[in-house]
Amino acid sequence: MLSVTNLDVAVNGGMILNELNLEVQAGEVHAIMGPNGSGKSTFANVLAGHPGYEVTAGSVIYEGQDLLQMDPEERARRGVFLAFQYPVEIPGVSNVYLLKAAVNEIRKHRGESELDAVKFLKLVREKLKLVDMKEEFLHRAINEGFSGGEKKRNEIFQMAMLEPKLAILDETDSGLDIDALKVVAQGVNELRDSSRSIVMVTHYQRLLDYIVPDYVHVLAGGRVVKSGGKELALELEEHGYGWIEGQTAELLETRA
Amino acid sequence: MNSSVSAISDLIGRDYKEGFVTEIETDTFPPGLDENVIRALSTKKNEPEFMLDWRLSAFQRWQEMVEPSWAHVSYQPIDFQAVSYYSAPRSVGDGPQSLDEVDPKLLETYNKLGISLQEQKFLAGVAVDAVFDSVSVATTFKSKLAEAGVIFCPFSEAVQEHPELVSRYLGAVVPAGDNFYAALNAAVFSDGSFVYIPKGVRCPMELSTYFRINALNTGQFERTLIVADEDSYVSYLEGCTAPMRDENQLHAAVVELVAMKGAQIKYATVQNWYPGDEEGRGGIYNFVTKRGACRGDEAKISWTQVETGSAITWKYPSVLLEGDRSVGEFYSVALTNNCQQADTGTKMVHIGKNTSSTIISKGISAGRGQNAYRGQVKILKGADNARNYSQCDSLLMGDRCGAHTFPYVEVKNPTATVEHEATTSKIGEDQLFYCRQRGLSEEDAVSMIVNGFCKEVFKELPMEFAVEAQALLGVSLEGAVG
Repeated sequence: MLSVTNLDVAVNGGMILNELNLEVQAGEVHAIMGPNGSGKSTFANVLAGHPGYEVTAGSVIYEGQDLLQMDPEERARRGVFLAFQYPVEIPGVSNVYLLKAAVNEIRKHRGESELDAVKFLKLVREKLKLVDMKEEFLHRAINEGFSGGEKKRNEIFQMAMLEPKLAILDETDSGLDIDALKVVAQGVNELRDSSRSIVMVTHYQRLLDYIVPDYVHVLAGGRVVKSGGKELALELEEHGYGWIEGQTAELLETRA
Repeated sequence: MNSSVSAISDLIGRDYKEGFVTEIETDTFPPGLDENVIRALSTKKNEPEFMLDWRLSAFQRWQEMVEPSWAHVSYQPIDFQAVSYYSAPRSVGDGPQSLDEVDPKLLETYNKLGISLQEQKFLAGVAVDAVFDSVSVATTFKSKLAEAGVIFCPFSEAVQEHPELVSRYLGAVVPAGDNFYAALNAAVFSDGSFVYIPKGVRCPMELSTYFRINALNTGQFERTLIVADEDSYVSYLEGCTAPMRDENQLHAAVVELVAMKGAQIKYATVQNWYPGDEEGRGGIYNFVTKRGACRGDEAKISWTQVETGSAITWKYPSVLLEGDRSVGEFYSVALTNNCQQADTGTKMVHIGKNTSSTIISKGISAGRGQNAYRGQVKILKGADNARNYSQCDSLLMGDRCGAHTFPYVEVKNPTATVEHEATTSKIGEDQLFYCRQRGLSEEDAVSMIVNGFCKEVFKELPMEFAVEAQALLGVSLEGAVG
């Protein structure tokens, strides 16, 4: 599904990702953890094609194709979805309008016909239940005046509508109280599927209690310094990121 | 940001598809302006004496006036002697004809512009008056409107057929000497539309005038007068285009609206005059005076404008709120791209008690465009409990354009409530990325964001015009779902 090899990324000349490697198979859920500034969100944004980051080396192969050559919209149409850490507000544009345009762009790309209003509304109602949202929510301007929890739920709702193959969740748990977290996690769990891969970027182990990953990777200094099963997250919780950073320093010293 | 800037310029830098010239024989006055030109014009139109007197006194006033310089626009001085003040397709002859007799070249011109003058082909429910250079060439659905008692005809015809109405209302809202361009218009205006809605009548269809400038070195000076008698209702649409020429052309129009007790007038404009090229060559100088008066209690006048064209726009559709509880509204989208300059806004003058006004202005600047909102809210002494709400938002695209806001507020009654809000924002890279991450092309994303920005204004437009306005901004229809 996704193969990231020796990825280097720079922002304003500063190196953020440094020889990052990651393999994700279809149906797997990977958690990417790490301290602030470790490059987690950068990685999520680079996969989605944010124009503010410069890939200086390495490759990202998605379903056998060079992902880095694609515009953000092409990635989206091919099934790459990013649930944003900070979803932007777009005044005057209703949620449902963007959603219908997005659904139809993706359908068009797959060679399917556009959904008519009735079918679209039926689908919307079904998916709204998943994240426990009311229909009136659809007609509000995108993220305008939404609470933190509403914004994150809206991202997962969009994910449910667009049915991506590769979903990247960027700090979806941040700013959520425990009830909202449960709703969001439940929505994501319902979308787990043998053909869908999920990459979750998170700072805290807490999210992983509700969305249990197959693999956990720890990012430090722009690279994956430790990978393991879900138990790795518990170890991290116990020892803190300092534990990993100590190990990393050793690792780097032995290399030098 | 570079890629998004290029998408924006693709979007709004599309070719001006209305820029063609119609080859047609014309009857054109030589350039120049003096009393003889005005007399000749009046004779040509076979006008009654009160019209000639009115024109001549306006001309006298105009000669004593100075061109205004307070607007936030700059341009080379206009040589008013180099302009021709009358040009008409020869085939039109002395006056308007029946639709069957209209020159096929003119029909073709309007067809190319998407305006069919053949009634059976035109959008049901819209009557059109087509003004070509200095004269009206056709008016549709006149007989159907006449059944309802509605008068909708070229101004020159109204002067002949309804002189009592014309003499009563001409200059009643915009006097001949109101301002420099209004005085010029009063002296030389050649045609335009006239509308009268009788008491208690709800006009059965939308009325529309389509203005086309074709001839070279010619100014278009038209005058529109709409009178809505007590408890009547009319919705009026105005559209305009011109050929692409390297020279600047002058358009100095006057629109007067009179709403009597309980009457309502909705006036919408989609202004798409040729804006000039990327370097700022050519384009229309659009110096227009538009004003409405709520003469009676509970009268309501609402202006909606979408300004995408013209090299220079100088225009302030205003409302005089004379009757108690009368209402004035102004909804505006003004887009300036390349070297376009717009100085536009409104004036709301509260005279009656419990009057209220709303101003929503959306300015979009791209390229090297300069966009100024200039608005005045005046609450006079007797206007107890007057209310105004103003909102002026500016959207900037790129870093070479400008947005300016000049609000003037004058309150002489302590019971008044006046609110003013203003915002300026840049179209955000994060907004674009968000939409693209959901699968929209960059161009669609820009359209959607711009459309969202203008939504409060577009929803005021009649359906047919909303579609045209959105197409003009390259945007697709918001709210088609749900």
